[in-house]
Amino acid sequence: MMNNLQLNTEGRLKHFLTIEGLSKGLLTEILDLAESFINPIDGRIKTFPLLRGKSIVNLFFENSTRTRTTFELAAKRLSADVLSMSIATSSTSKGESLLDTIRNLEAMYVDMFVVRHGISGAAHFIAEHVGPQVSVINAGDGQHAHPTQAMLDMFTIRRMKKDFSPLKVAIVGDILHSRVARSNIQALNTLGVAEVRVIAPKTLLPAQVETMGVSVSHNLADGLKDIDVIIMLRLQKERMTAALLPSENEYFKAFGLTPERLKLAKPDAIVMHPGPINRGVEIASSVADGEQSVILDQVSNGIAVRMAIMAMAMQWQGGA
Amino acid sequence: MERILIQDGRIIDPANNINGIGTVAIADGKIVSILTKPADFTPDVVINAQNLVVCPGFIDLGTRLREPGQAKKATFASETKAAAAAGITTLCLQPDTLPVNDTPAITEQIKELAKAAGYPQVVPIAALTQKLEGAELSAMMALKQAGCIAVSNANHPVKNLLTLRRSMEYAASHDLLLMVRPNDPWLSHNGCIHEGKMAARYGLPSIPDAAETIALAQCLELAELTGCRVHFGQISSARSVAKLAEAKKSGLIISADVAIHQLHLTEDDIVPFDSAYHVQPPLRTEQDKLALQAALASGVIDAICSDHQPHDLDAKLGAFPETEPGVSALETLLPLMLRLVPQETISLEQGIAALTYNPAQILQLERGALTAGFQADICVFDPEQEWQVNADNWHSQGINTPFWGESFKGKVSHTLQAGKLIFTS
Repeated sequence: MMNNLQLNTEGRLKHFLTIEGLSKGLLTEILDLAESFINPIDGRIKTFPLLRGKSIVNLFFENSTRTRTTFELAAKRLSADVLSMSIATSSTSKGESLLDTIRNLEAMYVDMFVVRHGISGAAHFIAEHVGPQVSVINAGDGQHAHPTQAMLDMFTIRRMKKDFSPLKVAIVGDILHSRVARSNIQALNTLGVAEVRVIAPKTLLPAQVETMGVSVSHNLADGLKDIDVIIMLRLQKERMTAALLPSENEYFKAFGLTPERLKLAKPDAIVMHPGPINRGVEIASSVADGEQSVILDQVSNGIAVRMAIMAMAMQWQGGA
Repeated sequence: MERILIQDGRIIDPANNINGIGTVAIADGKIVSILTKPADFTPDVVINAQNLVVCPGFIDLGTRLREPGQAKKATFASETKAAAAAGITTLCLQPDTLPVNDTPAITEQIKELAKAAGYPQVVPIAALTQKLEGAELSAMMALKQAGCIAVSNANHPVKNLLTLRRSMEYAASHDLLLMVRPNDPWLSHNGCIHEGKMAARYGLPSIPDAAETIALAQCLELAELTGCRVHFGQISSARSVAKLAEAKKSGLIISADVAIHQLHLTEDDIVPFDSAYHVQPPLRTEQDKLALQAALASGVIDAICSDHQPHDLDAKLGAFPETEPGVSALETLLPLMLRLVPQETISLEQGIAALTYNPAQILQLERGALTAGFQADICVFDPEQEWQVNADNWHSQGINTPFWGESFKGKVSHTLQAGKLIFTS
């Protein structure tokens, strides 16, 4: 029900909160629009006047360098005025509620909020409470969703593999705590890949993860068989203190992506990672920097994809 | 006091196995007779109950009225009015007031608040441990003498099993009922939704049903060891039902209730991130719901409670995990019970028993029946009258209910508490 919150009455994007509930057609439209922003000759993105006069606030309640920077660049390439705020250390620590923070900024005539927050559902909550003229883009909420990351991952996969339908995709690591994994699973299934496989120890998988339309493996060597795309997830240090894993060392031995293990996947498999990477924890340096890695392409693609999403979400208010 | 005659109603009194058309005569706050009127009885007031059901007033085993301490959420005035409008004549008050009901002085304050609200039948449950911290025993004997009917640690954990054992032994020494919502605090830590497909999809911290069943199993063992009478409240899972059935079969003196919303809602009903659905224990699966319904029908679960937890708007305004759990539930208790009847989950008699006689038995109160000589706690309701949950006919200060805006059948027309008319529609 509430996931329709992100579409207007004509079924066009108004907010971008989660992949859930969005059609294959709409996801493809995002990818196509992103493609159109990239100069096919030199791969660079020039500036478009689509959001001239619009104000966008990046509201980051959690720290992030990469996501915030690419959102900023995307907004600038669309000619919008953009302001980035790190709230982790400002008003909310003085006891101001999330809603009051939003309402204060809204009073300054902001057209779009790009929000990152540590609690699942925070972006939904903000989208429900902003005025009708404001769009909200979820830049990651708790362990729930990171839909722009999922779209840039889809963009990267499409550029490398062209067609989604025959692909077998493995997502390896801390699925339980990963908003990237949840959004990627939904995007891959919506775009119709042949298989999404999650590979992790039981401690890092949500109960009933198979209900999300994935197959499950607890063994990396078995799990990588026939795989076209490997998405590695970052392992947070605090997982060790919460008794989810014994040590980084043991994790790397069991689930780290090494050159030897990479050979178990298809020879033309690509290696992805949402960053920041932990070298020697989930991925060996030689793989992260190797020929099959597209980790830096993901970062570059992030700008065009976020431009596409921002432009589409502003279209209904006459911004594009 | 007034002499009241309720006439021509369908009298349903499961305790006395009565289901028939007739009169109820009331004098001096007590029931004089049912079905037939004594020849010499001349009433001051006549209530025409044609096409209405007349039954004992409802006894709610678990509510929060938010006073003392949290009047911004709700007050005795607002919530007892809601209770009266819902046909509820006895309310058990959880001990997690502010301050906690762990001394006779607080118990007295609660009784004063109830009297001042014109609704004296608020029955306080005493804290099992001081400040509900789970470490040191409360003054259970003094609390019982002050009027507390049972002991409970509400939703707070007891430090360890030794402390729980000793508190059960001590409660048993004073013939006090222990009321427990079984929950292992480690397994449910920070959780806000059932550990299942919705938690997987929405990335929300989850609570496995094992958090309930493990605590339940431990408490059952200790009930056997200590001889303490135990009532398990707000049971939410099929696996708990199986454990309760087994324990009852073995002859253990235990009882159980289920919160009314658990008989109707599952994780599949949760509107994503809508805090109205944030409850503890969480809404579980369809299979759990069906097992709870079957347990109510078979008697493994004895009673239905409202688990009423009114909140102010701010408490429910936020991202789902950051909101406070609980439903404002007094006023939907009867209509939600009635919904189970056409579904053939339970009979109307069973549903009324689960709200009246069965909770009275658990509390060892001489209530919940229309027996001559009992105090006249009576609910008269129209089982067919339709109404909508909205601001015009809602009495509770808390509007936190997933049923807001929904239409129901079944509305109370009169509520009598000890022979006094406390609600007329």
